[in-house]
Amino acid sequence: MTSASDPVSLAAPATAHHYARLVLRRVTLLAALGVLLALSVAVDVSLGPARYALGDVFRTILFPAQADLQMRVVVWDIRMPMALMAVTVGGCLSLAGAQMQTILANPLASPFTLGLSAAASFGAALAMVLGVALVPGALMLMVPLNAFAMAMATAFLIYGLSSMRGVTTETIILLGIALVFTFNAALALLEYFASEQALAAVVFWTMGSLTKATWTKVAVTAAILLICTPLFARRAWALTAIRMGETRAAAMGVPVRRLRLETLLLVSLLAAVPVSFVGTIGFIGIVGPHLARLLLGEDQRFFLPGSILSGALILSATSVLSKVLLPGAVLPIGVITALVGVPFFAILIFTHGRRKW
Amino acid sequence: MVSLKLSSVEARYGRKQVFGEVTTPEIHGGCLTALIGPNAAGKSTLFRRIAGQLGGGGAVSFAGAGREDLRYMPQDSGTSAALSVYEAIVLALKQGQGGWRLDRAELAAIDLVLRTLKIEPLAFTQLAELSGGQRQLVSIAQTLVSRPRLVLMDEPTSALDLYRQFEVLELLRDYARDTGAVVILALHDLNQVLRYCDYALAISPGRLEAVGPTVEVVQPGLIHRLYGIRARLETCSRGYRMMIVDGH
Repeated sequence: MTSASDPVSLAAPATAHHYARLVLRRVTLLAALGVLLALSVAVDVSLGPARYALGDVFRTILFPAQADLQMRVVVWDIRMPMALMAVTVGGCLSLAGAQMQTILANPLASPFTLGLSAAASFGAALAMVLGVALVPGALMLMVPLNAFAMAMATAFLIYGLSSMRGVTTETIILLGIALVFTFNAALALLEYFASEQALAAVVFWTMGSLTKATWTKVAVTAAILLICTPLFARRAWALTAIRMGETRAAAMGVPVRRLRLETLLLVSLLAAVPVSFVGTIGFIGIVGPHLARLLLGEDQRFFLPGSILSGALILSATSVLSKVLLPGAVLPIGVITALVGVPFFAILIFTHGRRKW
Repeated sequence: MVSLKLSSVEARYGRKQVFGEVTTPEIHGGCLTALIGPNAAGKSTLFRRIAGQLGGGGAVSFAGAGREDLRYMPQDSGTSAALSVYEAIVLALKQGQGGWRLDRAELAAIDLVLRTLKIEPLAFTQLAELSGGQRQLVSIAQTLVSRPRLVLMDEPTSALDLYRQFEVLELLRDYARDTGAVVILALHDLNQVLRYCDYALAISPGRLEAVGPTVEVVQPGLIHRLYGIRARLETCSRGYRMMIVDGH
């Protein structure tokens, strides 16, 4: 074996050209996802009880000062927060699912596998049915604060148990499943004793909805995404290595145990914040990463932004769908993600499942 | 020249001691060293202890290189990762580095290892589509791509066909000679050990049985003690020492 600095070797090998083309293709795909996402957001903003032409919506977005007051209020204060909430929530949940699948080596892992969503639902129901505030704070924030507190408490419980020596990824998944059943049972018990009004509120909350989106909630969710993404990006090589198997990753010098725990904490944050704002929105954490994996592979340099973009795109497109399926009404987005997600997921499994997960 | 020395090294899984008090003379680079012993003797554990993945008493000391120059190739466990062969090698090369971009020297190093192991045609094949032998060649490429000065390989030829086994062992012998690296291979085929390795470490469960030049270590008495088989050494017409197994 001759040296890598051998001038003959440096004469642009054919494999390097092929690799450069592959990288270019992936960057192009990422850009395409970004363009599709921007279009989807624009369509999402243009749809609603009052129909606006796409051109007018673009003008109002780009030059709000020149738009008429009513359209500016509808576009900027009502529809834009909802549309961007779909983007940030979709990005967060998909990224959380992607990294959870990575560290647990399980294609079905998602923020919901570990019971975070079920815990959030139970926390929200505590506020709506019993008026119990887990975190002292403003009355109007009781539901999201309860949901967040419960999801994070569950995350810390899983984190604590995962830190114990000898705990495997299978144990974490089984623990998550046990937590899902426990919180669902506790939620059912609360619903049994709930008043009609409280029961309706709990049921609607667990369906997931973007209608309560505000600029503050968008900013908080975006901030979580902006904080977590660079932290994952710094660990891109290590996270990719972990997909080669824990033994192989450890042999490459990856601190597998520490990486798994750090990732679990970040994933919990990525899942708990959006769920506390919009309720249960399933399948984004599974379908988003799978779509990214099919398009871009599992090199985290592409898989990481790809998961965020594909999750954001799917939820944004679902938001559009929730407005057009039943004209004049906005269906709960969590219901649509499940309805669209299941067949989409089945297609993914049957067309590509044989090759890789 | 790089060298490695173990002084009263022990390894533990939790509270359970796998082996203790392993002491070796300096293991010099520039040639192949074999690690032999029966199943469950602790060969992989010893590798993991040297690589710093397991705790335990004693000292593992390197001369002429640091732990960052060490690469350990565990036994193949398969993977379902959606990565191509090329990406898997990139990954191994960039591990521990911050940058996302590959420079020309890195691209050349990847090309070199692909060509040397003759897996260039597989470069953009998905790992999940490879055979066991092809996966093993990719693991070897991942181990060697950064040109490490300390190499530990756990049964690097176990999934390869006969031709590839000899090709890889010759490649590793040349690599050790050209770079002066310490290359230790856990091997089961004693005739490969006799033919390619200058030094050998023999371990039985929990202890080091012998260490020294291969011709002194791989002797019928020790082989009987380690594996419980009756064997003899003969020299073939081409001058190679061969281990003939008579039975158990």
